[in-house]
Amino acid sequence: MSADPIPSLPRGTRLHHDSVRGAMVLLAPEKALILDEIGAAILSAVDGSARLSTIVARLAARYDAPLAEVAGDCAEFLRGLAADRVIDLHD
Amino acid sequence: MTSPPIALLAELTHRCPLACPYCSNPLDLLAREAELDTETWARVFREAAAMGVLQLHLSGGEPASRRDLEALVTSAREAGLYVNLITSGIGLTPARLQALADAGLDHVQLSLQGITAEKADRIGGYAGGFARKMTIAAEVTKIGLPLTVNAVMHRHNIDDLEATIAFAANLGARRIEVACVQFYGWALPNRAALLPSRDQVIAAKRIVDAARPAYAHRMAIDFVPPDYYADFPKACMGGWGSTGLNIAPDGKVLPCHAAATIPGLTFDSVQDRPLAEIWQHGTAFTAYRGHGWMQDPCKSCARREIDHGGCRCQAMALAADPRAADPVCRHSPARAMVDRIIAAEATAPAPAFTYRRLAPQA
Repeated sequence: MSADPIPSLPRGTRLHHDSVRGAMVLLAPEKALILDEIGAAILSAVDGSARLSTIVARLAARYDAPLAEVAGDCAEFLRGLAADRVIDLHD
Repeated sequence: MTSPPIALLAELTHRCPLACPYCSNPLDLLAREAELDTETWARVFREAAAMGVLQLHLSGGEPASRRDLEALVTSAREAGLYVNLITSGIGLTPARLQALADAGLDHVQLSLQGITAEKADRIGGYAGGFARKMTIAAEVTKIGLPLTVNAVMHRHNIDDLEATIAFAANLGARRIEVACVQFYGWALPNRAALLPSRDQVIAAKRIVDAARPAYAHRMAIDFVPPDYYADFPKACMGGWGSTGLNIAPDGKVLPCHAAATIPGLTFDSVQDRPLAEIWQHGTAFTAYRGHGWMQDPCKSCARREIDHGGCRCQAMALAADPRAADPVCRHSPARAMVDRIIAAEATAPAPAFTYRRLAPQA
């Protein structure tokens, strides 16, 4: 697996704005993950073409956050979802 | 205010070509004439989405037995729900599957009774079913819909688990649910024919533990172990009336698929009352919501926030008291009975199946 993969949401996985709970939700097979702000920001930046490093740089710039911290959060979150087959990571 | 449910299981029909002896449907099956019509289901889906339901599981019986399944998927997506189809594959064709995908179907969960035609068709009680299921499985992945294989495990097929996991991966499943039969619905009268031995369950756990890393990034593996061999009960439904609800083919709203086995509960219908009101105030939902109903050992148990006392329907089935601790629990005075059932049934010769069938019309 590449150290800098391209994350994407496969068919059957989508972001949904839950107006009842006032939160973004990741809907996937057998799963509905109610996202916190960080999770929602990361997944909103997943467009199926940007590499992980690009997503990290964009989020660090937008939220004025330390690059290393954003990189750690993003990698852990996305790799966890990929291991559970909720999202795809391409080389 | 009770927080809203996440998931709705819509049992669209009890009609099903298969006759699996562990079907979760009630023994008293409803005929087609009792089923809600298309427009009522569409209204229910809108009500469900408005109250906070995120995921809709279209189930049955076999949901493809409904000729309006495509229209139901369309209305559920329009309501904003994530739509999962729980199917045996029988009643679907490639053209129909494409129409469902075009209508917005998000995911397919395909049941697997066995990995050979001989065994699968014997367990499902339907000759030719396996071959048709394989056609549909191939079509699901060809269309590109995500596929979960739901492999129901019991004493007749749990020894095939390793091959079953490989079989699901080769079908292109992103996920397999290895679901050991639990003893509700038709499975309870078939228990002696289905209950695996302790050795079989221990072997199955080892196989799952080894398969998870082996299939990482290819297929996720969920494992539901059999309650009877657990030390502590499952947190059934995440707690009664807390995260999910079921609607029967006739519109009755249940906290879980087995709730009708508890005497004294009355179930409101979506034909009479708004779904949100039933969820909040329906007496079947308030009966065992929270922990107020508990008696000891649950009441003073350190685990009560973890498992909520387990399953009310299992307490009813085995201890004849829906307020009892789930009898599979090590702290339950009825645990000895579960151990006696295991000793008497799990390694004795398996009796013949009582297949799930609609009672003949009087």
